[in-house]
Amino acid sequence: MTRILRLTFWQWVFLALMAAATYATFIRVVYGLGGATNLSDKFPWGIWIGFDVLCGVGFAAGGFTLAATVHIFNLKRFEPIVRPAILTAFLGYVLVVMALLFDLGRPYRIWHPLVMWNPHSVMFEVGWCVTLYTTVLALEFLPVVLERFGLVRPLKWMRISLIPLVIAGVILSTLLQSSLGGLYLIVPRKLHPLWYSPLLPVLFFVSAICAGLAMTIFESWHSSKAFGRSLEISLLARLARVLAVLLLFYLVMRFLDVAQRGALKLVLEPRVESYLFGLEISLMLLPMLLLFRQHVRRNPWALYACSVMVVFGFMTHRLNVSITGMEAGSGTQYIPKWTEVAVTLGIVALGFAIFRFAAKYLPIFEKEGAGEAAVGQAVSPACCPAQGD
Amino acid sequence: MAKAILYDSVQCVGCRACEDGCAKRWNIPYNDTIAKEEEISAHKLTAVVTHGERYSRRLCMHCADPTCVSVCPVAALQKTALGAVIYDEDRCMGCRYCMLACPYQVPSYEWSSRLPRVKKCDMCYELQRSGKSTACSETCPTGATVTGDRDALIAEARKRIAEKPGDYHPRIYGINEVGGTSVLILSGVPFEQLGMKTNLPLEPLPPLTWAVQSHVPDVVLLGSVLLGGISWITHRRDEVAAAEGHAPKPRKDASK
Repeated sequence: MTRILRLTFWQWVFLALMAAATYATFIRVVYGLGGATNLSDKFPWGIWIGFDVLCGVGFAAGGFTLAATVHIFNLKRFEPIVRPAILTAFLGYVLVVMALLFDLGRPYRIWHPLVMWNPHSVMFEVGWCVTLYTTVLALEFLPVVLERFGLVRPLKWMRISLIPLVIAGVILSTLLQSSLGGLYLIVPRKLHPLWYSPLLPVLFFVSAICAGLAMTIFESWHSSKAFGRSLEISLLARLARVLAVLLLFYLVMRFLDVAQRGALKLVLEPRVESYLFGLEISLMLLPMLLLFRQHVRRNPWALYACSVMVVFGFMTHRLNVSITGMEAGSGTQYIPKWTEVAVTLGIVALGFAIFRFAAKYLPIFEKEGAGEAAVGQAVSPACCPAQGD
Repeated sequence: MAKAILYDSVQCVGCRACEDGCAKRWNIPYNDTIAKEEEISAHKLTAVVTHGERYSRRLCMHCADPTCVSVCPVAALQKTALGAVIYDEDRCMGCRYCMLACPYQVPSYEWSSRLPRVKKCDMCYELQRSGKSTACSETCPTGATVTGDRDALIAEARKRIAEKPGDYHPRIYGINEVGGTSVLILSGVPFEQLGMKTNLPLEPLPPLTWAVQSHVPDVVLLGSVLLGGISWITHRRDEVAAAEGHAPKPRKDASK
């Protein structure tokens, strides 16, 4: 009995978040969106869209980026981190769909865009891409499960269909990441000029790849701590260099775009938008400068700090577009209700927990740490048939 | 023939009969408390707003090229030939993108309902289809709100401005705003003094999205060919190396 109660700090946190999220779910179901959110007619989208969907999909971008790197560009040395990236992506999308079920007024109609078409709508494209790409990710992840249970025959078929599947995944991701930015093309007078841009789809696409790479570094770092694996530091350092170049590209594009639209002077206005814009840019610029230095990329802690900064910079951008930048133009204020925050944190916690569970019981990291005692028991070699456990 | 509503703020006395008529037509309760709410909402689809001695009316503008229709992923919103923009609640899944996108912030949501719907003025589409007029213009005692053919109403509005240039601001709101609307508004003062949005583009908004959205097939086609080609080349290298009997040459190692 006492053994059961002896949970670690993070397990207590997880349980507390789950309890809060469960109660919030109850409120959402019984009292509707009005009882569970601070949304209003003038501010119809809150953090369930701004964070759970916009950020969640971006964090998943490591999946298609690394799948393309390894399977299409055939850069085999990145193979050890493909699986965790695809797992992150798959989990990310499943959680995004979960968040949508909270946010939609009538969640049981989530399938409607698949049969009731309006190709002019960006949301229609989002619906289709999320559906198709989640399927693709499930198929890309399936070999890991098959391998775990020693099902060799279907694995052969999977290998043949891998390249077309990865290509489909890359295209669907490209469309989805950019269309999330495209959602805001229709609000030229509501979204603050520091964020509204005809380039929104491109900016969303590039920044999503940055966030995806940062997340890959982030989770490799954490799983190496959690499972006592050695960190693939040389691999992550290479990834970090690509990340620095992409950040540079993104920031130059962002600067030229804001300058060209004549919005640069707005940065100097003492408004909350300007401060959050500054925060967003700093959280991208600082890790970029750091990651261009070799000894930073080679230092696990510095690398980790940089990836966290990029993740937060990315989040700030998405929340600026969806929340901060929309407030003035909508003539209203929005602060999420505790239920909205509880559901969001619950979904994030669930993501961490499932990732940890999958990494423990499925051959996610096997290629790197197979020899080490700590992971030995968690990894069943692909060649062996299932042994029950 | 496309219909329209002409609202003449100069002739409006703020009696709120239009609000009452609208509520009756929708079977929504209407009382003194609701009358005091000067905002449209799910239980008040048109609202008279007081600006000192003057009034304005809020209702769906029924745009010629409606933003809400273009953004709805399930085509629950449609622009009809009669001019009205109508809503099919059986399709709607409640994503609320129409509310985010509407330049006039018109669509409202039944926030406290467990099975919520979007609510907005539908220009009494069913009534108009059977040849009747809209509820608000039927109940208006002063003729401040009238319904008719859009072209005829524009002519009428121009006539009123020409006859009493002292009483009217010399513009008709709704001729060009976001590409034109099926609600036309006349005022005695500049429109921003009636709390109306005067910074809206004069072009319709849907093309902003379509400029990108129309390239989706290109991305799919080009992407498949490009990625397929790259994948073929990179894997071909390994095959050639294997056929020649040596391991593939490790690519330039730029590790730093």
